[in-house]
Amino acid sequence: MVTISSEPLSAPLNVGFDYTRSLGPVLGRFATGLREHKIAGVRGSDGRILVPPTEYDPVTAEKLTEFVDVATEGVVQTWSWIPQPLAGQPLQHPFAWALIKLDGADTGLLHAVDAGSPDRMSTGMRVRVRWAAEPIGSIRDIECFEPLDNEPTEREPGAGDPVTMVTTPIHLTYQHAASPEESRYLRGLAEGKLLGQRCPACEKVYIPPRGSCPTDGVPTEDEIELPDHGVVTTFCVVNVPFLGQRIKPPYVAAYILLEGADIAFLHLVLGCEASEVRMGMRVRAAWRPRDQWGTTLENIDHFEPTGEPDAPYESYSQHL
Amino acid sequence: MSEVAVVGFAQAPNVRRTPGTTNGVEMLVPVFHRLLADTSLSKQDIGFWCSGSSDYLAGRAFSFIAAVDAIGAFPPIMESHVEMDAAWALYEAWVKIRTGEVETALVYGFGKSSAGELRRVMAMQMDPYLTTPLWPDTVGLAGLQARLGLDAGLWSQRDMAAVAAASRRAALSNADAQLSGETTVEELLRQPYIADPLRAHDCAPITDGAAAIILAAGDKARELSERPAWITGFEHRIDTPLIGARDLTTSPSTIAAAKAAGIDGVQVAELYAPFTHQEILLRQALGLGEEVRVNPSGGVLAGNPLFAAGLIRIGAAAAEIRAGRADKAMAHATSGPLLQQNLVCVLEGR
Ligand SMILES: [Zn+2]
Repeated sequence: MVTISSEPLSAPLNVGFDYTRSLGPVLGRFATGLREHKIAGVRGSDGRILVPPTEYDPVTAEKLTEFVDVATEGVVQTWSWIPQPLAGQPLQHPFAWALIKLDGADTGLLHAVDAGSPDRMSTGMRVRVRWAAEPIGSIRDIECFEPLDNEPTEREPGAGDPVTMVTTPIHLTYQHAASPEESRYLRGLAEGKLLGQRCPACEKVYIPPRGSCPTDGVPTEDEIELPDHGVVTTFCVVNVPFLGQRIKPPYVAAYILLEGADIAFLHLVLGCEASEVRMGMRVRAAWRPRDQWGTTLENIDHFEPTGEPDAPYESYSQHL
Repeated sequence: MSEVAVVGFAQAPNVRRTPGTTNGVEMLVPVFHRLLADTSLSKQDIGFWCSGSSDYLAGRAFSFIAAVDAIGAFPPIMESHVEMDAAWALYEAWVKIRTGEVETALVYGFGKSSAGELRRVMAMQMDPYLTTPLWPDTVGLAGLQARLGLDAGLWSQRDMAAVAAASRRAALSNADAQLSGETTVEELLRQPYIADPLRAHDCAPITDGAAAIILAAGDKARELSERPAWITGFEHRIDTPLIGARDLTTSPSTIAAAKAAGIDGVQVAELYAPFTHQEILLRQALGLGEEVRVNPSGGVLAGNPLFAAGLIRIGAAAAEIRAGRADKAMAHATSGPLLQQNLVCVLEGR
């Protein structure tokens, strides 16, 4: 039995992706117009001018095609005050969200109003667009709206081929937590130990241990220290290069079943030609230098063949 | 077609932050354990499993897969998932039983809202072309809707504070609530704005939580429960995602769903209203009179575990029926910005 703190491990997790989206004829026309400092609406089946334009009518779902340019000035229909803006919002100092009915439009456009203080905001106030410094054909070409008594900010429109695509970077931050069972396993790795846990119901040994046995739906409990050798149950040869790849192909990603475990985990098999790796091959962990260890399975750089005779198929066939 | 009833309901405590994983296993294992024990069922007795959760809340892809461990999914089970509040998963399970394919179903929802920056994460549910790129936050958007009603005289800030005070008072009898207590409207109105015209008490708290419900058909339900909560109406509707093209002072999709589900004569309503003004809006839209007890559980203002909170409304409404405190109750669940999508479930005891 190993004595390790059971407080779960956690760490920041930052995820990001630049979504590239094709705009189609309606939103493409709107985006192209924004770059030229024009705002297009579309006539709904009830005659209302919808801004931003929509491909299909919000009530009847009819396809809409009749574009109408509206003004770059309008009226605040409603607003809320944001004293502490969040990352990515149009302004990074206090501002108001508002629904703005542009002159000539019948619906409200959501955007930010740069008024300085909530005392300068009111329902029914008039505002005008402040264009972004470098228009690209995006809703962000409208930097924000501003009260009419502000000194207008002069900005040059852009030009070019019609806008057909938009890229929207999405970046979110999380605090990722490992389960209590995973945390014990990860802390074990930092000490060079491979800790599995046994399900109290079916007695299967899982590594990494699980918050719940997939057969019995109960947390695994009894701790087992496993040896750092086992067999390759199945594998694939990676020949394809991809973003973030750390090893030059071809190389082998394999399921390794440690001796005494009932579940295999994925790792690398190096130290021989990719073509020599086979099911049943006995392998042993190649640990990184101790001063590089952390709470990660990367402490094991890879697995390599031990040179012993292969394990018989029956010994691992139920773990495939 | 089979009659369907709620025969069991359990939830994890609503808390501001759990130390657990975003896959919900730690919260779900005890919930399933209690629910199965309460109904004397084992997992082999469950015909269909359906869950609601969100990858954006978890910050990783296919996060619901890990949660399946909590139900003991080997040997293989019949299982499905909706990337929505689990109230919609319950709808799927209800259909599965109605069609006679299965006799029982277990529906669960979970969410660790505290893992990310919730006000930003929720921007991912907006139109991705013209709205998400502005990163509108949920509280700021709700402020737009609240002010429309304030300007129109449909509610006052005092009315809104009264909803918050009533929610916390009701939650005193709910052991799983996150926020409860005695407070006065005057005291609440002295608090600062967090997004004028909204104060902190006008907004549901950030909550981690999980819940599960067991449904059963006809005779099976009668066998499992002395007084099952029969689902007699179940509908969901959706409004346009263009918030500027909607009348935000009402909720056409809620009204349409309620009409189709048949809410006349309900004695209790569990409403999913994450903002105080939305509870008033929904009461007005649904025409719920003073005689209807609204949110006896405290509602989501007392705890709002995303992706489970709508399911909990159904569980709480069913609990009123099963305890004999009501003969007819309605549960409402919402999804999307500013009450865009709405579901109404009507439950009856007999
Ligand atoms: Zn087991």
